[in-house]
Amino acid sequence: MSWLLALPIVIPFLTAVFAFLTRQSPLGRWISVAGSSVLLIASTVLMNTVLREGVVAAQMGQWPAPFGITLVADLLSAVMVLITAIVAVAVSIYAIADVDEGMELLGYHALFNMLIAGVVGAFITGDLFNLYVWFEVMLIASFGLLVLGGRPEQIDGGVKYVALNLVSTIMFLTGIGLLYGMTGTLNMADLASVVDGADQRLLTIVAVLFMIAFGVKAAVFPLFFWLPASYHTPAFSVSAVFAGLLTKVGVYALLRMFTLVFDHDTAFTHTILLWVAGLTMVVGVLGAAAQSDMRKILSFHIVSQIGYMILGLALLTPLAIMGAVFYLVHHIVVKANLFLIAGVAQRIAGGTELSRIGGLYKSAPLLAVLFVVPAFSLAGFPPLSGFWAKFLLVKAALDVQGWIIAGIALSVGLLTIYSMTKIWAQAFWEPHPDGIDPKLSVLSDRDRAAMLIPIAGLAVLTVIIGVMPEHFVQFAKASAAQLLDPTAYISAVLGEQT
Amino acid sequence: MEFLFAITIGVLVASAVYLMLSNHLLRFIFGLVLISNAANLTIFVAGRLTDGAPPLIPEGADAPLIDVANALPQALVLTAIVIGFGLFAFAIVLVFRAWTTLNSLTPDDMRLAEPEEAPK
Repeated sequence: MSWLLALPIVIPFLTAVFAFLTRQSPLGRWISVAGSSVLLIASTVLMNTVLREGVVAAQMGQWPAPFGITLVADLLSAVMVLITAIVAVAVSIYAIADVDEGMELLGYHALFNMLIAGVVGAFITGDLFNLYVWFEVMLIASFGLLVLGGRPEQIDGGVKYVALNLVSTIMFLTGIGLLYGMTGTLNMADLASVVDGADQRLLTIVAVLFMIAFGVKAAVFPLFFWLPASYHTPAFSVSAVFAGLLTKVGVYALLRMFTLVFDHDTAFTHTILLWVAGLTMVVGVLGAAAQSDMRKILSFHIVSQIGYMILGLALLTPLAIMGAVFYLVHHIVVKANLFLIAGVAQRIAGGTELSRIGGLYKSAPLLAVLFVVPAFSLAGFPPLSGFWAKFLLVKAALDVQGWIIAGIALSVGLLTIYSMTKIWAQAFWEPHPDGIDPKLSVLSDRDRAAMLIPIAGLAVLTVIIGVMPEHFVQFAKASAAQLLDPTAYISAVLGEQT
Repeated sequence: MEFLFAITIGVLVASAVYLMLSNHLLRFIFGLVLISNAANLTIFVAGRLTDGAPPLIPEGADAPLIDVANALPQALVLTAIVIGFGLFAFAIVLVFRAWTTLNSLTPDDMRLAEPEEAPK
């Protein structure tokens, strides 16, 4: 069983090595595409196994839990790995057109695959210190990708990104140290069973430390300032994979830790999370409304959407957790896609600053259609995936009489529509200020295919989730049940003695 | 012994926060180095301190006969130091690049990615 869990980590690592060795030739980009495709197969197999057999766990190096490093996949981990693989395939194809030879020579593909390895590792590990290590793998790869090319804006954004993320890393490390001192274990399943015996007040303090550490990664209010400072500066394929995956690793870590380990004082911790959720939604969406650059608007929307996922976690009812899981999956697909579309707009219309572009609807109707799908899914239009995600969360809030937070969630949805129509009106409807017709045919055949195929693929996925939500909702429900009742998770890791 | 470590960690964190709040990137990095060492010491102390008892198992025994030093936090700290070294090497080079391309190490002056007035 252990190869099944190790493969999704090993594959991107090997791909990174080969891509680095071939970085001087065009072979590197194909190795990256091939590696991501193999990862997609491996994660599909993992998903199937988890669906069939329930939670699977493996002990690395044959050290029995809780002493060795455990890899474990429940439904949430499996779906996150699967969606990571899907985004990896889409972005590695897109990178063929988006990443120039200079960046390839600097090791773009190697860093990209290292980033994917870190993300997958974080989703699949069952050990807290190992989670820290995967966070670092992911972080150092993202540092490299962010400043690759070295334009002054990138350096500027990079400094803020690096500084704030390093602070969060140290918070995380301190939290790990204190938790180890209190419980004597770092295995997450083992932690879940022994924290009840620890000093509960001290445990709450450690919980808040973790909340801040993961909160920075997830970009929640008031810890999100690194995100809008940096996400609009790197290459578009880099922004897309960051937007899709990185903050969601933070959300995943919050979901995991605050359902499995830190559920002792929910009246305190989850009330903080509820406030954070509301403020994150509102501040993010207002920040987006004030921006006039396509990528900056989308960056602020990441922040606002993170609020919805935290809302699900904060309410901690089965329906709310289910909504959060559904939202997580939907958001990764939609957000990565929107950044990829912004990249095409930049290539054919000459920028992402809304006042300087236009006319895309008339001259590139295909792109307009492909934009409408994720944009209106993000805003929550039926029958797209975002509608069901928002519907579940708002219903969960109403079920616990959370009128105010439900109202906030709905009005933030309205303001999201405002931002999306702003992009639509200025980039697509209004004529181009320079009087040119931005046609897709200015791209070479190869670039056009490499850019539009992943966009179309992700858009189709959004529509599929939207029109056939039953399977996904059922899946999210089963996943939420596993999160709220972690007995299966714990016994899969520790064996049957618990 | 724990008391001494607690004081040391406290002083490290205090100096680090002071340095990180000053309006200069190089000081921020120095602060980061200090606070990461404070975190490492925290892990070390959390593993309980023992005096001169290396974690060695005598020949023929399955477990150490006396209370020995906890080897796990040492392994964790070692990992954290290695990772921290890599991150700081990167951070320092980045700050150097910021100095050469942006001609400033004052975060308040670094507004290239987020101009105060949006371009019209």
